[in-house]
Amino acid sequence: MGYLLEVRNITKRFGGLVAVNNVSMGVNAGEVVGLLGDNGAGKSTLIKVVSGVYGADEGTILFQGKQVQINSPMDALGMGIETIYQDLALAENLNTPANIFLGREKMKKVLGVLNVLDHAYMHAESRKVLEKLDILIPSLRNRIRALSGGQRQAVAISRSIYWDAKFLIMDEPTAALGVAEQKKVIDTINLLKSHGLGIIVISHQMHDIFQVADRMVIMRRGEKVAELVTKQTNPDEVVSLIVGAETVTH
Amino acid sequence: MTRRAGITSFVGQRWSVLFFLVELVFFSAVARGFFTLNGVQIVLFYSTTLALLATAETLVIVTGGIDLSVGFVMGFASVISAKLSGRFAEMGLAPELALLLAILITLAIGLLPGFVNGLLVARLKVPPFLATFAVQGITYGTSLLITQGSAAINVPNLANVIGNGYLIYLVPGQGVSLFTRPQVAPGTPVIDIIPTMVVVTVLFVAVAAYLLKRTRFGQHTYAIGGNIDAAMRAGINTNRHLVAIYVISSFLATLSGIIYMMEYVTGKSDAGSSFMLDSVVAVVIGGASLFGGTGTVWRTILGVLILSVLEMGLKIMGVQTFDKYIAVGIILIFAVLIDQFFPELVRKED
Repeated sequence: MGYLLEVRNITKRFGGLVAVNNVSMGVNAGEVVGLLGDNGAGKSTLIKVVSGVYGADEGTILFQGKQVQINSPMDALGMGIETIYQDLALAENLNTPANIFLGREKMKKVLGVLNVLDHAYMHAESRKVLEKLDILIPSLRNRIRALSGGQRQAVAISRSIYWDAKFLIMDEPTAALGVAEQKKVIDTINLLKSHGLGIIVISHQMHDIFQVADRMVIMRRGEKVAELVTKQTNPDEVVSLIVGAETVTH
Repeated sequence: MTRRAGITSFVGQRWSVLFFLVELVFFSAVARGFFTLNGVQIVLFYSTTLALLATAETLVIVTGGIDLSVGFVMGFASVISAKLSGRFAEMGLAPELALLLAILITLAIGLLPGFVNGLLVARLKVPPFLATFAVQGITYGTSLLITQGSAAINVPNLANVIGNGYLIYLVPGQGVSLFTRPQVAPGTPVIDIIPTMVVVTVLFVAVAAYLLKRTRFGQHTYAIGGNIDAAMRAGINTNRHLVAIYVISSFLATLSGIIYMMEYVTGKSDAGSSFMLDSVVAVVIGGASLFGGTGTVWRTILGVLILSVLEMGLKIMGVQTFDKYIAVGIILIFAVLIDQFFPELVRKED
């Protein structure tokens, strides 16, 4: 079976700077690929090409075996490619259902003419998706501001899942979380994987990557320097690849 | 939550309600004639123009912006509608038609300042404070030019009849009349109930409250104030939304100016000069954060009533109105400090 998502020979330049240089990689359904590299290695630029924030200068993107054009974030979302940014992009002044439904609110008619927000429906649907992901949020009516980092992460993930994400890109999902919450996020990623999603995880936390990733792609100065199977490597090798001590291709 | 923290947070969330009640009790006790049907109606009548401006300000502040132009857009609208209705009447139009035409044209012109504000803020990324300050100057200058610095007073008397009319006239023992003052023998008492302009104001305020709290448009307004990047990534057209917000703000300010013209039968460039401060203060007393993302129209209206009661109460007591500004300034500082230093007192839930 072919990759769920594949990028071929992607190049992205900013003026004279080549941020991503001829990078190819693929992710299968039900697979987690860790994307690693030092600051400025080009990982963020690469995922922003996939999520539609930047257009690539060269290269092609294939999704579900077909070549696709992703010119804007809405294009990516429409295909089911969701990105969970490090800052999570939640409106902290709103509650969980409001964030899950942000931009796609469910309305209902009252008195036959007035279109109002259907809070009860959005509340019930939010509870369902949270239960499906085995996530506990004390009160859905709490504003996001009152939630912990892990709970916020969970809300962001739930939003993607509710809107039928087929592919998830997660930028530093465990950064700034406590140990227990890191573990919870790892569990959630594993659960999503078992549901058949393809997932790219960007992380500096070597420990987490080794727990969730099936494969790793390592970038340095805009180029892909290695692609490793997690079971066949170790943190020392990965670190030396990230900092540039050696180049390996398995 | 411990019992003590529960009490603190209860008081913190509702200090404006408590403050309002204290105000009512105080002035009822001290100011003669304050707590009467007439006294209450005077406060409500006086609140109409500020209520519309503060409602406009609420919408803008929820997005994290501020609209300093509302007070002078109001004056601008009072001048335009007064001048036009006077001119149309001179041209021989029936007063009803002259007034209606003047109001419609004013409402249309009144969208312009908001449109400019919106374009400056949303498209050209000018800080709202500066953009609306500039537009304030332009509208003020324009209305001064139109009036040559004096008031526009040539308004058809019909404006006075409507603007100072009541919804219900009660003639004890004889009957009730709606909107029109009954013809009665001299000396017969007529009880006036609910000024017409209060009814008009409540209607528009209710629509704005509904828009902000119950609709998708309102939900997006809160989202933009909370995290504009999140709103954008959720597919909300934030630029268009912000332009709409400033246009609605300007529309409500224009309406406020028209109501002023009807109530006081005059157009004045500086009709709303003190309201630039008062409208913001009312919103902040209502518990909205100037950082955006929180606030509701009805809580702002409570802020408006607090200010109006204060002003009327002091007036009845014979205190100079200068003192009102000092009191308003102190209340503003108090409200902002609560927002700033006791965020835990602000509601955590919807």
